[in-house]
Amino acid sequence: MTVSAQAQPAAAGPGTRRSPLAQLTRVEFRLFLRERVGPVWGVGFPILLLVIFGSIPSFKDGLADSGGLTLLDSYIPILVVMSLGLLGFVSLPLTLVNYRERGILRRLETTPAGRVRVLGAQLIVNFGMAVVTLAVLLIVARLAYDVPFPRQFGAWIITTLFAAAVILAMGLFVASIGSTARAAAAIGNVLFYPMMFFAGLWLPIPAMPETLQHIAHAFPLGAAWESFQQAALGHWPPVLALGAMAAWTVAFAVIAGRFFRWE
Amino acid sequence: MTVVIDVQGLHKEYGATVAVDDVSFSVQEGEIFGILGPNGAGKTTTVECVEGLRVPDRGSVRVLGLDPRRDRAELTQVLGVQLQDSQMPERLKVAEALDLYSSFYRSPADWRALMEQLGLADKATTPFKKLSGGQQQRLSIALALVGNPRVAVLDELTTGLDPQARRDTWELIEGIRDRGVTIVLVSHFMEEAERLCDRVALIDSGRVAVIDSPATLAERAVSEQRIQFRPTASFDDALLTSLPEVTSVIHRGDVVVVTGNRDALNAVISVLARNQIVARQLRVDQGSLEDAFLELTGRGARNGSAHGDGQGKGER
Repeated sequence: MTVSAQAQPAAAGPGTRRSPLAQLTRVEFRLFLRERVGPVWGVGFPILLLVIFGSIPSFKDGLADSGGLTLLDSYIPILVVMSLGLLGFVSLPLTLVNYRERGILRRLETTPAGRVRVLGAQLIVNFGMAVVTLAVLLIVARLAYDVPFPRQFGAWIITTLFAAAVILAMGLFVASIGSTARAAAAIGNVLFYPMMFFAGLWLPIPAMPETLQHIAHAFPLGAAWESFQQAALGHWPPVLALGAMAAWTVAFAVIAGRFFRWE
Repeated sequence: MTVVIDVQGLHKEYGATVAVDDVSFSVQEGEIFGILGPNGAGKTTTVECVEGLRVPDRGSVRVLGLDPRRDRAELTQVLGVQLQDSQMPERLKVAEALDLYSSFYRSPADWRALMEQLGLADKATTPFKKLSGGQQQRLSIALALVGNPRVAVLDELTTGLDPQARRDTWELIEGIRDRGVTIVLVSHFMEEAERLCDRVALIDSGRVAVIDSPATLAERAVSEQRIQFRPTASFDDALLTSLPEVTSVIHRGDVVVVTGNRDALNAVISVLARNQIVARQLRVDQGSLEDAFLELTGRGARNGSAHGDGQGKGER
């Protein structure tokens, strides 16, 4: 083996230096698809549920006191929240904890990539997948099961941003307190199911006792559900719901920033 | 000669464990500097402070005049690092890893050429988890060099490589040094240090025991020489035992084993020659860096790492 390479410039040549963040995001996106956990759980599972619910005749019945919604219509925001939740609670923290356990974060620390870009790429990939899933959910629901698109689309997009922010912040929180992949998975599950309960996965929020309803509205995923539901009905999301999501985002992000370890 | 790395009075504790007690050394531009020592001696912690992964409790570290923590962005551009047991994402392919890492640097090396030189070209599309240990190690070396660093810190360079791959890697490292890259090599392989390093620092229990060239260290460690041969004719042992340089003479079958000080060989050969005896199949065991290591770290009798091992293999 002889080494003849003399400080050669990259194949791309000077002046066309590629953006590290774009490269990281591209690679992480490919890995996300190859790992299959994110696509299967975050994307496939909610769509599978949609297909199952959509195939149950009683889900097409109109709901009382709902302004002409069917049961299926009212389930779409729940599935949306669940999809976001799975990406945030499962896919994001598992990837990060796995990277930490295997020294990948540490290795990246010794390069000029920088922490912001490393985490940024993960957040972009998961947010991108969330947007894709939401779009697929809406389109499949519309085409296959006649669920109308959200009547207030701008509100739906704003809600998506707030909901994604709080859920990704919770994902970082799980990754920061879970020291091993096993622990992170356990913490993710322990948080995910109660959170989903308060988003009405098992019992729709309007059917809950009043106290539970108040709790649900204050919880991040409940607030997200509320906002999506309002957007679907053609209203702007309640300020309180957006405020709750923003507050939870800050709280989880601060804790994650304080406790996240790179090795 | 310019000083590239300057470490003064480095001290680092983890809780109650003193990982590095007091380490000082400086590395000159263009040399291969070895950091040797038993497990748990503080080698890895020392280089982690150089890499900026750890904050020293006391002491100063400068790499090319940069502070590894404060001047992080600049340091990472010029310092290539190979970490002990670090991995890549399982499904990341060799070419993708090299392409990705090269995108981090201002003026990266040609990663395709590097892949070629490290014998990974036919593994370009193989995911990390399907690589053998040696291939993973070579990828790790390639990634340390892909940024065209001025200084490379390589921790346990050839651990896990088979003898052929180890020799190939040594040649590669020499080639990189010839390009003007300064190299710090953390190792517990004496043979590797003897072959590659211009100077080595022996670190023991968090302190520098000695810094010198491997040859000088080996020579200094020679307190005894062992000479074996088959004489062409039998002779009286007194012929040799009477020599002041010789301490003992033993017969093993028709093989004679003589021990003595470092001048014993000359004395024995000339006495035999005077008596018309030829020493056939002559073998001399001289000191090596390993002897120096064992002597300086006082582990000769205890055989292995006896203390400071509470931190285990990772020695972080």
